[in-house]
Amino acid sequence: MAEAAAAPGAAPRAGAGSVRRLLANRRVVLGGAVLLAFSLAAVFAPLLAPHDPVEQDLLLQYAPPFWSDKAEDGFPFGTDNLGRDILSRLIHGARIALFVAVAAAAAAGLIGTALGLLAGYFGGWADTLISRLVEIWMAFPAVLLSIVLVAVMGTGLHSVVIAIAVIDWTRFCRVVRAETMAQKQQDYVASAVTIGLGRLRILWREILPNVLPLLIVLFTLEMGIAVIVEAILSYVNLSLASDFPTWGGMISDGRKYVNQAPWLMILPILCVIALVLALNALGDGLKDALDPVMRR
Amino acid sequence: MSWSFLLRRLLLAIPTLFGVAVIVFVLLRVVPGDPIAMLIGPGATEAGIAELRRLYGLDESIALQFVYYLQDLAGGDFGTSISMRQDVMELVLGRLPVTIELCLVAMSMAVLLGVAMALAGSYWRGRTGEAAVDGAAGFILAIPDFLWALLFILFVVVFALDGLPISGRIGHDVAFRGATGFLLVESLLRLRFDAFGSVLLHTVLPAAALALPLAAILARILKASIAEAMTQDYILMARAKGFSRARIVCREALRNALVPTVTLTGVQFTFLVGGTVLVEKIFSYPGIGNMAIDAVINRDLPLIQGLVLTFAVLFIAVNLLVDMSYALLNPRMRHG
Repeated sequence: MAEAAAAPGAAPRAGAGSVRRLLANRRVVLGGAVLLAFSLAAVFAPLLAPHDPVEQDLLLQYAPPFWSDKAEDGFPFGTDNLGRDILSRLIHGARIALFVAVAAAAAAGLIGTALGLLAGYFGGWADTLISRLVEIWMAFPAVLLSIVLVAVMGTGLHSVVIAIAVIDWTRFCRVVRAETMAQKQQDYVASAVTIGLGRLRILWREILPNVLPLLIVLFTLEMGIAVIVEAILSYVNLSLASDFPTWGGMISDGRKYVNQAPWLMILPILCVIALVLALNALGDGLKDALDPVMRR
Repeated sequence: MSWSFLLRRLLLAIPTLFGVAVIVFVLLRVVPGDPIAMLIGPGATEAGIAELRRLYGLDESIALQFVYYLQDLAGGDFGTSISMRQDVMELVLGRLPVTIELCLVAMSMAVLLGVAMALAGSYWRGRTGEAAVDGAAGFILAIPDFLWALLFILFVVVFALDGLPISGRIGHDVAFRGATGFLLVESLLRLRFDAFGSVLLHTVLPAAALALPLAAILARILKASIAEAMTQDYILMARAKGFSRARIVCREALRNALVPTVTLTGVQFTFLVGGTVLVEKIFSYPGIGNMAIDAVINRDLPLIQGLVLTFAVLFIAVNLLVDMSYALLNPRMRHG
């Protein structure tokens, strides 16, 4: 589907007009607002969280959330199997989720864009080699590969980020390659060649800025994927140590005690879904707003 | 479809499988961490550890290990599982039918639901019905299979739907031991409808979680293809003949929209297979996906290798099936 955005067409550089167009797009505004809310929670987590997210209180296990009449004061979303405050864990979990999302999307984007630009612009054996590599890469089951990678590198946030980047660079590479090939046919590239600019300079100064709107879209969508992968890896206990408040870890705990306390699972699942929906809406909205072909 | 087409596809699978085997081997050997450490008790002697290393071939150089590994693979020997101390091939083959049945049920559900959604959306084109189908497809697609699985579990627990099991593959009270792992097929053939019902009920939720994203993609692409087909001359002809709108959409447009849909969605079927890894874990469904996660957590190298290769084979098989159905659906491809 992402290839649809890679149709040929001159992408004018962003200006005041595109900002107005962005704000007129409902999905961009809505997705952006939710993302902003989660980001603020992540940045100010220590100030916002009412309790220490890892503090246990075994006298206060399974306190139900506010909609139950047995709810405890000061624990609006209840407590988990070890008496830890769920609201505080959710807020701190946003930190981990967003950190992984940004870092992993950036790393995957960097590798994929570099290889995609090279393959698309130079063609020939570089293109053959890179495209073949992408094909082999995509023959792997992504979930299994990420689990194997993290198991191999050892658990921890850096492993999660590396695993996502190592797997998902192909998404950027394929789209950027196609877009670069399309851009290469444009008149402005021919003019740049005529006035004698070097090939790398053309790639860096002329083509890359025109691929940028597409990259922003891909980056946003990749953040959504990274949030899910982080949740998956912490669900199978391969992200951070279990007392760290990750959403996936909370879901995994909740699955174990789902019969006693279903709310343990509801809230972290809702957080993952809300953040992923917001990132998808933002990405799709940006695609509509930034894509010159769709705009016409 | 010609035999040479099939043969060519099968031959093409060999380098892919070899590539997968190499990458898995390198990945698992280059990294730090000692699989033997998981096996030994606290009182193990140096000599005992060395003995174990020799037993699993871990005392050789990496290059030699790789040569032995390839030799064994060529002979169909995947080695011995470190955590379960059983032949990997036997372990995997014992669980593989479970995953295959789950995938087939899921794929059938996805195709039925996807086609139904696409037909409904096309029939009510330009009306609220279409918007509802589009909205549903977008929402379903935004949530990955693993979250659907968890949502289903929550749903069952919160609404106390005790009839829908959320773990295992067959009820404890059902005495049915299949001779093969294909419990659904076998119970049906042996007319054990109680067992069939129990397995089917256990399969509904994991299969639905796997099916939903695929169904949404199918619905989207098929609907677009139908819209494209509706602009063709033969549709105008059918209208002129006075056929009903339902008949035109279901009989004329659908048939012509299938080919582009299969081409565009082929790879999505393999994503469904990959999804079994987590969905099986979540529903404690005893297939190879569930086994893969345990193997990774136990650092069971031979078992991980065997399972990743098995998944690669499944991927290739699914791709082949999709290509074959493409050839069957499109008369122009039949003699290619």
